[in-house]
Amino acid sequence: MTKLETRGLSKAFPAGSSSRERVPALEGVDLEISDGEFVSIVGPSGCGKSTLFNILAGLIRPSGGEVLLDGRAPDQLLGHIGYMPQKDLLMPWRTVLDNVTLGLELSKVPRREARRRALEQFPRFGLRGFERRWPGELSGGMRQRAALLRTFLAGREVMLLDEPFGALDALTRQAMQEWLLQVWQADRKTILFVTHDVEEAIYLSDRVYVMSGRPGRMHLCVEVPFPRPRTFAMTSDPEFVALKARLLEPLHAAAARQLAEQEAAA
Amino acid sequence: MSTAPITGETRPAETTPTPQSKPAGRRRSRRLASRILPPLLFAIFVLVAWQLLVNATGIKESSLPKPTQVGHALWIDRSLLWTNAWVTIKEILVGYLAAIALGVGLAVPIATSRVIDRAVYPWMVASQMVPIVAIAPIIVIWTGFDLRPKVIVIALVSFFPIAVNTIDGLRSTDPELTNLLRTLGAKRWTRFRKAQWPAAMPFLFSGLKVGAALSVIGAVFAEWVGASDGLGYLILTLNNQTATTDMFATIVVLSLIGVGLFAIVSAIERVALPWYHDARRTGDGGDEAEA
Repeated sequence: MTKLETRGLSKAFPAGSSSRERVPALEGVDLEISDGEFVSIVGPSGCGKSTLFNILAGLIRPSGGEVLLDGRAPDQLLGHIGYMPQKDLLMPWRTVLDNVTLGLELSKVPRREARRRALEQFPRFGLRGFERRWPGELSGGMRQRAALLRTFLAGREVMLLDEPFGALDALTRQAMQEWLLQVWQADRKTILFVTHDVEEAIYLSDRVYVMSGRPGRMHLCVEVPFPRPRTFAMTSDPEFVALKARLLEPLHAAAARQLAEQEAAA
Repeated sequence: MSTAPITGETRPAETTPTPQSKPAGRRRSRRLASRILPPLLFAIFVLVAWQLLVNATGIKESSLPKPTQVGHALWIDRSLLWTNAWVTIKEILVGYLAAIALGVGLAVPIATSRVIDRAVYPWMVASQMVPIVAIAPIIVIWTGFDLRPKVIVIALVSFFPIAVNTIDGLRSTDPELTNLLRTLGAKRWTRFRKAQWPAAMPFLFSGLKVGAALSVIGAVFAEWVGASDGLGYLILTLNNQTATTDMFATIVVLSLIGVGLFAIVSAIERVALPWYHDARRTGDGGDEAEA
């Protein structure tokens, strides 16, 4: 069943504060995610991924097109979709426990109940023993897991994850990918994942969308044929490598075009 | 004047948390010693040098008394100093609280409303360009010789750093955090309470510390313009009598009041913002192995 769908989504921003000209950031974006599906979007920087996410999260309104949740267009998207931005955005003045219960607290869940639900999840998120610590005392990977736990506990059925592992070193990142798959397999929440790492996208997802930039469009959508549970060994499988090459090709072209544009402008 | 607090944007590579290797008590007393000993030794060094200098050059006591003479005066004048110190302390406390109320009371609307910011902020800055020295006598004419003019002068001198730091702090909230809170359903007032205000706290305390130092200056000044007791008044009287040694003793007491107020504010900060101090002290830790 389709959980989240966009039809002909477009967004244009004013070019400058005074001019009436508008620069398109997204144009005719069609996207479809089934219930419990893990879908990734890859694209060059500046392809409008953030704009798309902000629209889906309900933070900005599209200039055209519509967003459907469970087949209906809600009058207000804000608050329906879990949103985890690139930065962990943990509040340094709250303990890890009080950070992850933020969503529950804001939806008026009693404190005791919120804490009980959160504490249950700490071992699974690799945060056992760090409940009363300050975020400033955590490592990058742990901060990211805490941010994910905060998103999970907010209890939205669809979660947008914007390059959650982008700032981590390669080894931590790989461990986090494996861990995320385990967590996802247990809960089967609907996840829309943005990354510019093609390998990460294939390894994690059921389907991968490739976006092209300026204005942002859906360029390609591929099914990932590998069975689950995925193993890290699959990443060296010839079929995996071939798929990676196929997805990388349009991204390379876009990056080259961008570079040429910049040189021409300079 | 504004410090940039909030630590931990980017963290270096993962490290294992450091276990408490030494008994916490001994570590704490050693840390305390390492903080108190250097300034104490430095003070002793300066005092000894001063004493030796006065001995060697034979400067008159009415020009520059020796530290031992000042110490003696502190003891001899103790009841006079205490009576007047109490007056000044009361003025400072009331004036400082007024400065906090004024500073925060201006900062919150300025930081949250663009209209108020445009209308009020330039005038707040301009108010600091008016020499308090010049308007203090007018305040005395308006309000008389009681506590009121002192409170007003102290508040006018100290509110500014409190207001400016608090405004900067309230504006330091990451817009992405604001967005995150919006997606979690938080309305404006909730966002202020849960994010904007706590994020401004380290800034507010920076302002409070600067304000504490300024409040002593404000009190002395207010007493110079019109008072019948207090340490500032005492300095004027002693000055007329060329009682230099007693003036020095009075200045020592005034400084102690300032240092005391600063220390109290710092102690409150430590208790109120444990996250700010703990995180800065321990740096990062964490263990990836369990992932």
